Amino acid sequence: MSGYVRPGNSQPALLFPFIAGVVVVLSVLPLVRLAMTGLSALAAGGAISVLADRALWAAAYYTLVTALWGTLISVAIGAFFAFVLTLTDIPGKGPLGFLFVLPMMIPPQVTALAWVQMSGPSSPLLKALGMAPPLGSPQPLYSAGGIALLYGVQHAPLVYLALRAGLMSVPRDGVEAALLSGASPFRTFRDIVLPLALPGMIAGAAIAFVSCIGNFGIPAILGIPASIYTLSTLIFTKFSAFTDRTFGEVALLSGIIALISVVGLAVQERALGRRDYRIAGQAGARATFSIGGWKFIFLPLLAVLLFFMLVAPFLALLAGSLVPAYGVPLTFQTLSFHAFEEVLLRQTITRTAFANSLFLATVTALGLLALSVLAGYVLSRRRDAAASLVASLIEIPYALPGIVVAVAFILVFAAPLPVFNVTLYGTIWIILIAYFASFFAVSLKPVVSAYRQLDPALEEAARLAGAGFFTRLKDILVPLIAPAAGASVILVFLIACNELTVSALLWSTGTQTLGVVIYNLDDSGSSDVASALSVLVVMMVVIMMLLLEGMAKHLPAGVVPWRS
Amino acid sequence: MAKLILNNVSKDFGTGRPAVSGLSLDVREGGFLALLGPSGCGKTTVLRMIAGFETPSDGAILLGERLLADPSRSLPPERRNMAMVFQSYALWQHMSVADNVGYPLKVRRVSKDTYQSRIRDALDTVRLADYADRRPAELSGGQRQRVALARCLVTRPDVVLLDEPLANLDRHLRQEMEETFREFHRRSGATMIYVTHDQREAMALATDIAVMSQGKLLQVAPPRAIYARPEGRTVGGLIGRGAVLSLAVPEQMPRTLEWDLLRELLENPPPGNRATEDILVRPEDVRLGGEGSAARVRAALYEGERYSVTLQLANGQTLQAFSRDEPRPGDIVLVTITSAWRLSPENTARPA
Repeated sequence: MSGYVRPGNSQPALLFPFIAGVVVVLSVLPLVRLAMTGLSALAAGGAISVLADRALWAAAYYTLVTALWGTLISVAIGAFFAFVLTLTDIPGKGPLGFLFVLPMMIPPQVTALAWVQMSGPSSPLLKALGMAPPLGSPQPLYSAGGIALLYGVQHAPLVYLALRAGLMSVPRDGVEAALLSGASPFRTFRDIVLPLALPGMIAGAAIAFVSCIGNFGIPAILGIPASIYTLSTLIFTKFSAFTDRTFGEVALLSGIIALISVVGLAVQERALGRRDYRIAGQAGARATFSIGGWKFIFLPLLAVLLFFMLVAPFLALLAGSLVPAYGVPLTFQTLSFHAFEEVLLRQTITRTAFANSLFLATVTALGLLALSVLAGYVLSRRRDAAASLVASLIEIPYALPGIVVAVAFILVFAAPLPVFNVTLYGTIWIILIAYFASFFAVSLKPVVSAYRQLDPALEEAARLAGAGFFTRLKDILVPLIAPAAGASVILVFLIACNELTVSALLWSTGTQTLGVVIYNLDDSGSSDVASALSVLVVMMVVIMMLLLEGMAKHLPAGVVPWRS
Repeated sequence: MAKLILNNVSKDFGTGRPAVSGLSLDVREGGFLALLGPSGCGKTTVLRMIAGFETPSDGAILLGERLLADPSRSLPPERRNMAMVFQSYALWQHMSVADNVGYPLKVRRVSKDTYQSRIRDALDTVRLADYADRRPAELSGGQRQRVALARCLVTRPDVVLLDEPLANLDRHLRQEMEETFREFHRRSGATMIYVTHDQREAMALATDIAVMSQGKLLQVAPPRAIYARPEGRTVGGLIGRGAVLSLAVPEQMPRTLEWDLLRELLENPPPGNRATEDILVRPEDVRLGGEGSAARVRAALYEGERYSVTLQLANGQTLQAFSRDEPRPGDIVLVTITSAWRLSPENTARPA
């Protein structure tokens, strides 16, 4: 008889193998290849030359030191904002929170560029205000301290978000009970709130640390001019001086970065795993301390911090894009839109970059959406070990620093593909595949949470109505998860459009992305054009974030990463 | 249409205890069967196996001659021509009422005229014709339930499954919906299987009741029969109210016991350790006052139309009764038991 299916299998039989196959290509193959290359370099004695290299130890030292200080700064700023914006009745929480998380979504090389424009002797902004230090004095940000400071600013939102998620679950009645027991607000904070918030803080610090380790844009712009290298910029420079040992060396370096990251991720996992003194009491009833007159101190403090983290750098960037050439002070006479004309109309390189980045971001966002709709279905329905293995494999390339992913994909695709005899390296397709791997987890998360929220009966009713898998996918499931799918597309587009780390290693002539062009322009001294491009990028980021913010009402919790 | 047959069906989710074990059941064509049992007894699993969402780990499910599922193969739900009303209604909020109801037709690619007229008929049947263009979110709970029912009507399914469809409705709406279900069954002639834990609902709606407990089928019978002649202590305790006495009934007695014998057993129990068996006494069969055996009032609960009284007999056993007057706890009253039912078919009495 026909039409029967094997028992225990209510899904199309090939769906899970298809997803598993995609994950093998995107996650397993590159990482296995990376590990094998690293190990064979070790076996061939390449380790000795790498490990004997003083540059490696210097880079490892700077990576750790800048990351640790950066994490510390992130925790200080992020925790302050999280406590004040989550626990107190300070006015203007919504806009303050949105502004505070903005730096997270702005590409790090743009942040670095903006801060360089804001300080130092040739800052157009300081010159316009008459506050610039004398010519010849050093740019203070070209230092390990500068890198750490910018790490701190860039990743403070990560700490803020992790800690806020923890604080949101502090029950209001627990706080009220402590106050009724006679504890002062300060004591209540110390004895009740802080212990509940600690795991979130540790998790936020760990994820900030991992992000610092993998950051490329900030040390590339601030470190390379001062000959300060981190592991990721060291890999980058090794590729520009390519020898026959390069592959083995960068595989080892990537392995070191990956190891440090895994330690950080394990700390985060543990901290979140222990957060289970969960919490009797009304869910969602947030603890609100009345700060009364303190708001006249806190509010200006928050405003000043936001001014220096956000407003001043952006104004400096804007000023830098409006001067006719680097070092010229900005006045009404010198003001010109020359750089914007260059970016938008004259230079083919920036137009190519726009085209490339928009193409890559669009195809990545839509392609991953199609994959996520299928993978999300399988992963939310199957609860077995194979499904959770696939889910973790999808997470790995996103959790690992982009530079590691890029190296892994170079190793896989440097040689021509076996059957087709085509080389992907040097084409835009290798960037596309690496983006698919890196951002699959970003795309999948909103879709999976939307699937999990669906009542299974909705699909079962469609099955009894006679609808086969693809019919009910089209008629029932996709329309029901549409808001989350939309958020997934915007998020991936936003991140892919601004990506630098992966494309910095994978680009070649004609396949430059926006991130690469901004870096190259700045590197070659055209900081006015780089600034103009950055201004456009920042505006795009803000518009898309506002778009998502507007959609947030219709989305499952946790889909928009900066809302909890 | 044909008879639905469950032949020795088991389902084990690997949790240590099978959810359903060795269940055999025939549902006659056009019957309205209520699957009744406490929560967790496996009744929903049975329903989901009939629908095709779960596959039996043993046994077979057939519709007439056609095999629906056995452990090696299973016809997927989309090919079974069944329909289901879910506890959560499972309406698609992105579609209008008419589109929800018409979706099974759309999937079957019927002609446009048939599509329109069948939707209209179905909505007429559940008295929602004026709501065709609304969204489910704009409807009340009872209206949503009726949309779900109309969706079952359009394709003339072989079997209609209902999974606790009234659990989320308030009491007033329940009675109205019960009427709708009865009418729906009469008009459609479909075989219906109705899962519920509410025996009043089962009694009011079904032509047959199947009582389940701990994954096993205990008894199948029409409502009146299952109330009057329950088999075994579990069914006796689940269906209706009443007390179970332990009495040493002599051999060769009928299942229904009368007062003369009961009085003898209560007041002059046979000496020695004679084996006893379970005797069900319904409260409406207990008369208070006049003559009879003495019993002490333990508690009396006012229920509106009467008092529900808990009595303690001279031998220490408990009895339930109804009373129009308020008995005072501690009083001694005289009781007569007009009829009692031996729960076990034979004298399989347990040794005392």
